[in-house]
Amino acid sequence: MTVLDNTATTPQPATQAATVEFRRLRREFGPTVALAGLDLTVRPGELLALLGPSGCGKTTALRMLAGFEHPDSGEVLVDGEDVTRVPAHRRDAGMVFQSYSLFPHLDALDNVAFGLRMRKVRTAQRRSRAAELLDLVGLADKGARFPHQLSGGQQQRVALARALALRPRVLLLDEPLSALDAKVRLTLREEIRRLQQELGITTLFVTHDQEEALSMADRVAVMHAGRLEQCAAPAELYGRPATAFVAGFVGTTSRIPGRLDGGTVDVLGRRLPVDGRIPAVTEVDVLVRPEAVQVRAADDGDARVVATSFLGAAVRVTVRLADGAEIKADLPAHETAGLTAGAAVDVSLPDRPVLVTERTS
Amino acid sequence: MARLNLWRWAVLGLAGLYFLVPLAASVVFTVDVPGQGVTLDAYTQIFSTGGFGSSPLLSLELAAVTVAVVLLLMVPAMVALRLGSPRLRPVVEVVCSLPLVVPPIAFVAGIGTVLKWGPEQLSRTPLFQTFVAIQNPDFPVVLVLAYVVMALPFVYRALDAGLRSVDVGTLVEAARSCGAGWPQALIRAVLPNLRGALLNASFLTLALVLGEFTVAQLLGFQPFAVWIVNVSGSQAQLSVAVSVLSLLVTWALLLVLAGFGGRTRPTPRG
Repeated sequence: MTVLDNTATTPQPATQAATVEFRRLRREFGPTVALAGLDLTVRPGELLALLGPSGCGKTTALRMLAGFEHPDSGEVLVDGEDVTRVPAHRRDAGMVFQSYSLFPHLDALDNVAFGLRMRKVRTAQRRSRAAELLDLVGLADKGARFPHQLSGGQQQRVALARALALRPRVLLLDEPLSALDAKVRLTLREEIRRLQQELGITTLFVTHDQEEALSMADRVAVMHAGRLEQCAAPAELYGRPATAFVAGFVGTTSRIPGRLDGGTVDVLGRRLPVDGRIPAVTEVDVLVRPEAVQVRAADDGDARVVATSFLGAAVRVTVRLADGAEIKADLPAHETAGLTAGAAVDVSLPDRPVLVTERTS
Repeated sequence: MARLNLWRWAVLGLAGLYFLVPLAASVVFTVDVPGQGVTLDAYTQIFSTGGFGSSPLLSLELAAVTVAVVLLLMVPAMVALRLGSPRLRPVVEVVCSLPLVVPPIAFVAGIGTVLKWGPEQLSRTPLFQTFVAIQNPDFPVVLVLAYVVMALPFVYRALDAGLRSVDVGTLVEAARSCGAGWPQALIRAVLPNLRGALLNASFLTLALVLGEFTVAQLLGFQPFAVWIVNVSGSQAQLSVAVSVLSLLVTWALLLVLAGFGGRTRPTPRG
């Protein structure tokens, strides 16, 4: 509250970026377990994306930090201080909701100034601060517009400015882009990231869109059934998924049957070293990314092309192996000349360590 | 298209005739006295009749207090219902609709019984004074209580429609994340977006109270509707003149309310 008298025209870094910790959070709604003991630490100043399918508990976790939900057990810590029992309006957390959260009876400027008004900041001061924030999100000329006069993307920018108005210690984004169309989503994604980095504010971003999470976040926490599956930087998450769920959920993964033998696996007629955890069984699936699969037209090949789809820079080829497994491969467009549906092909993997998992079917 | 337009005009014309002919007939009846020509005597007589000032004033006071009480009761209840326990909604809906199925005559009979029974049983307790106070003819609180109950079905429906059109939950959460406590979130973020619904509820309650006759008459009070019937018992022209006047007054009041609602509509700043 003491930082409000600052009316400088440049964005100020947050007073000090906060650390957020979730400790053994549990929450049940009747028979459904929303959170089954979530442990997660958000480092100061980072943008952490909570990624997962719907119903995995990511929104519940975010709402607990905002103070709108209360855990059955466990605690939420901000800078080491337990805020589990602090009411939402004293949490010092700015939040952007999925959509339609602007106050319909106030214009954009008053929407942004709402929090300052609640903190009893003087009119002139809060108007200039609100104008400055609108400028920050690129809507300096839209202050007098009412929410219904703004596009979806503009509304979310105003919501972002409103969330930042009180200089919160944490910024919470609850699928803020999911109601917008694809183009707006892309530009706003970049804008949020730029602002977040400029302000250095600790940010939690809930999304079910893996591309969004991977492109924006410093780290991505993948959640499944109320638990944290893996929390890692995007490249690591993609390259070395810790569990089969992460591998399947983040990016596209194909499964190729193989035989495990000690620290190596027999797959597609080669012997490749195993990366990461080694299961205790011998019948395993090798998890491969489409860009790692090599497909070559070969008249004596025992695999068949099932379908091809043009993705722009690459062509995704779906191939059925002799044993019935279907795998997807991304190939540069110029290499796919002879690969029409039904063509005989030869499939191979590069000589690199691979991830394996117990065979599921 | 032309045929459709013709039909529209025909229906509008018929409806207009249906409403305007009796109204015009009433006006003509009050100003055209056989043998005397056109005269405004009936209207001037109203002003000299005893109670002309006090009974409309009483009705207005009753209406204002009823609107205030019923809104203070229902708005927090409905918002809490929406946010906290949506499962209870059918229960509240049924309870609020009960006054529609209880005839006013039965309702007032019940109130009358309680008002008689109360003082007999409680004559030695301080509650006796309460019973006297709520029946004060200058401002009968008991009428307000009765009208609040009678207005529940209308207020419930008006507020329910308003609450359906805004996402109360998100508005409250957005306000709370902006540092507003519960009362502030309701007053600053939810209520302004329910203005239409609040206005509708006030409208209906106002119309109900201004026109209510049964309860007031049977409990022995004299607000506007009862007064009209009383002063006009003997003079036909006077009674119709009063009715025409009361219609105009009610219209004027509703227009004022509507104007009040429209005037504060947000206008974009330059």
